[in-house]
Amino acid sequence: MATLEKSFDAGLHSEQLSGRTQQTFFSAAEEENFVYPYNAFKVERDKKAEFDAQDLDSNTINLKIRKLMSEGHGHIVVKNPRAKHSIGVGILNRLTLDFKGSLGYFGCGLIDGPNIHISGRVGWSFAENMMAGTIVVEKNAGSTFGAAIRGGDLVCKGDVGSRTGIDMKGGTIIVGGRTGTLTGFMMQRGRMIILGDAGPNLGDSMYDGTIFVGGKIDSLGVDAVPGEMTDLEAKWIEGKLALYGLEAPKGAAKLQKIVAGKKLWNYDNLEPTEKKIVL
Amino acid sequence: MSKKDDLVPEDLGTDREKEIGQHIGYRYDVNLVPDYNRLTPFLKKYLETMEWKDLNWLEDVHMGYEEDRPAVFDRNINGWVTVPEDMDLPDNQQDRDMIARELLVKFQMSQRHPMVILEENYGKF
Repeated sequence: MATLEKSFDAGLHSEQLSGRTQQTFFSAAEEENFVYPYNAFKVERDKKAEFDAQDLDSNTINLKIRKLMSEGHGHIVVKNPRAKHSIGVGILNRLTLDFKGSLGYFGCGLIDGPNIHISGRVGWSFAENMMAGTIVVEKNAGSTFGAAIRGGDLVCKGDVGSRTGIDMKGGTIIVGGRTGTLTGFMMQRGRMIILGDAGPNLGDSMYDGTIFVGGKIDSLGVDAVPGEMTDLEAKWIEGKLALYGLEAPKGAAKLQKIVAGKKLWNYDNLEPTEKKIVL
Repeated sequence: MSKKDDLVPEDLGTDREKEIGQHIGYRYDVNLVPDYNRLTPFLKKYLETMEWKDLNWLEDVHMGYEEDRPAVFDRNINGWVTVPEDMDLPDNQQDRDMIARELLVKFQMSQRHPMVILEENYGKF
């Protein structure tokens, strides 16, 4: 406790942190609007378009999706994506997007709103930095599935690779099958439901958030500990899985719950104090 | 009581909080499950428009506090947005959370949002 004594002696625990707030206020007179005023399009739900991506490169596919959205198409079907990389990215509005085939790495990243369905498989870092919306992958996914996801529902009905949900800050990741090593590494918030087995070092260095596992866990990572399942959580899981036609093998209440042991919480308000002492 | 003890709140929960002498705010209510019977008409319309069967990303939005004022964290600007003083808030967390979600969606979609100014000045496309 020597450091603590030192910081109290220096009177640093009474300091007020500043500079974090944006000093921004809500307005009660805000108008009703469901489309971002920047880089988003107002689309019609029933206006449908489809195109064949067989001979198109990634950039052209993304520009074509964007053009169709600008024309008001609210439902777009992409045939033959042929595992091309970085497609279906940066969509910031409501949209139904169907990929008939598989995607390569960094597919559907940075999305904020669309509902996407992939009939095949997906590569590394699928849906990284996803903000909102729903994505369903019918087959398997590569590593870092849902990296740094901040919101929305991300579902893979098959198996996924390692580091699933690494650094996730919100939202829900659902895996119908197995997940690899270091799943939930540095997880900060959100929920993950794994219906199959989990590889070694599950939840390593997680700060917060919750991981539910239906199968066998190879091993827990640093500071990941078993938690107590509540009825409220079990009910929430059942409801969430039902949205995607899934269910826990032995019932939601039987899932293992993993949470942060909270021994790694050594930042936040103490950080500037520690810096001052060091300096 | 010594001056040092005066500075430490009495209701600190974890050992880590006791050690640093402060609350770690984001520990609370991060997984509070929404009560869908309390959806506001605006939120019902929003979910219908987006074609979501639940609150989706808004499940992670709760009414919090910034400098002793009710506020909502806006991830798009990485900062808190404060509720005006003249706005009456209900006395239960579920209803407050629903209001927080409505306020946040309206703010993010408005021309007043800082991202609009950012896009005007730095947007490349």
